[in-house]
Amino acid sequence: MGYEAVIGVETHVEVATRSKMFCGCPNGFGAEPNTHICPVCLGLPGALPVPNVRAIEATVSLGLALGAEIAPRSVFHRKNYFYADLPKNYQISQFDLPLCRGGHLDVETETGVRRVGLTRVHLEEDTGKSTHLGESGRIRAAEAVLLDFNRSGVPLMEVVSEPDLRSPEEARAYAAELRALIVALGISEARLEEGQMRFDANVSVRPEGSMALGTKVEIKNMNSLRSLQRALAFEVERQTPLLEAGREVEQETRHWDEAAGVTRAGRSKEESSDYRYFPEPDLVPVTLEAALLERLRSALPELPAARRARYRALGLEPDAARLISEGEGYGDLLDAAVAAGAEARAAALWLSGEVTAHLRRVGMSLASTPLTGAHLAELDALVAAGRLSATAAKEVLAGVLAGEGAPEEVAARRDLIQISDEGVLAAAVAEVLAAHPDELARLRAGEQRLVGFLVGKVMQTTGGKADPRRVSEAIRRAAQ
Amino acid sequence: MPVPIDIAKVARLARLALTSEEMERYGAQLGAILEHAASLQALDIEGVPPTAHPLPMLNALRPDEVEETLDREEVLGQAPDREGPYFRVPPFMEEA
Ligand SMILES: [Zn+2]
Repeated sequence: MGYEAVIGVETHVEVATRSKMFCGCPNGFGAEPNTHICPVCLGLPGALPVPNVRAIEATVSLGLALGAEIAPRSVFHRKNYFYADLPKNYQISQFDLPLCRGGHLDVETETGVRRVGLTRVHLEEDTGKSTHLGESGRIRAAEAVLLDFNRSGVPLMEVVSEPDLRSPEEARAYAAELRALIVALGISEARLEEGQMRFDANVSVRPEGSMALGTKVEIKNMNSLRSLQRALAFEVERQTPLLEAGREVEQETRHWDEAAGVTRAGRSKEESSDYRYFPEPDLVPVTLEAALLERLRSALPELPAARRARYRALGLEPDAARLISEGEGYGDLLDAAVAAGAEARAAALWLSGEVTAHLRRVGMSLASTPLTGAHLAELDALVAAGRLSATAAKEVLAGVLAGEGAPEEVAARRDLIQISDEGVLAAAVAEVLAAHPDELARLRAGEQRLVGFLVGKVMQTTGGKADPRRVSEAIRRAAQ
Repeated sequence: MPVPIDIAKVARLARLALTSEEMERYGAQLGAILEHAASLQALDIEGVPPTAHPLPMLNALRPDEVEETLDREEVLGQAPDREGPYFRVPPFMEEA
């Protein structure tokens, strides 16, 4: 009998606001420790939180893009627990009245498009950051804990999916699609390596075709798409033999250990009621007026799925369409190139090839290069007119990326422009043929390999600036 | 009518180490408070919408603007312990 996984994913995303969720401290990664702190995010007595309107609007935008129901009235709750990086001993979160409920995300998987239902999207605050001193990878062995509260109170969005995913690969595809959507909406750059997007997951295993749900295990602490997939794969592998042996899976919370590649049972069995949620008395309810919803709805940009479909219609392969849609700034640059007259596939090829390689080499973003859509269109036109060979085009592109100017300018300065004037080309061919009457005669007699020899001679006399394809055509014509 | 209350669990969630005498005393006191609150259940609230707040206020929000932060030295100077630019606290379990 086969088994299938039933997976739901909880995604936390830091919202890219200027200031924190409930205070005016800057929200930014990489600052000196404990420099973005104030009485509110340090939990000092008497300090009062005030919600950041931009974080609320960002959450609602995501809800609208997901087709969720936006709560006409939403309330913040206190979630009570003790942890040293949580200075108030409670986290301001949402409980029964989240900003968004329901909705779905269409995810492309190997077996087609899967519609993944969403339970809710709510807003809360992030915790501070703790570093365990003297640990050897083990919290138990720590001598002390160092705390940095710069992250304390950073707006954190939580997106909870329904248990609609059926494999670790699907869960990863869902997380990737959600990430693309969040980036497209400008909610967050969702940089996984900076912890801006984190995952927890619920997973159970059941006999294939069964509608009943197995005992679910919660896995925490996945910080990348890869670790989400790996942790789920480990858990499915762990649970399946238990069921096959007729044993029970224990309902518990497990932690993903990235280095060891395993999940481990947590110590506590805290239930939702143990958090003693109650409405945050320091905050009043939030109502979302129809006019605001309308404004946010009309401000939604083109969503990733629509953008990919548009690029496919322009002739891009699925992988290229995804890369261009999701690469930072790629889509806008391609759109500008096409608007300036470039052929979409040629422009996409340069973007995914030379441009990507260049950015990787110099460690820069597309936005920080001087490359424009007009440049790509100009480059495309030069190649189409036969004035630039494909190889020379790559060199010109490298020059443009290095800030040497527009393609035509770079090509001229680097002396890469091919002879496009038919008269000049014909004269060069005629000159070579006149200088090699024997070879021409043998070619006329059928010795085809002499075409290559004569093309080489023309390339020599033109300093390599003739288009070999056109030279070869001209020689064949002359030999007839 | 006394309201049943698991005082040991309440103490555990609040991370309080109570003696059995304290448990009995606080248990009785908490029970009395709950009993008092339970009297609200006798009220007829038919047609009264649930509320999370006594104030007739909504949407007390702030624009997304950066404000002044505290001076790190001043704050760390008041902490019980520090190490460089960090607060230093005793080790704690991942899941208490
Ligand atoms: Zn603050």
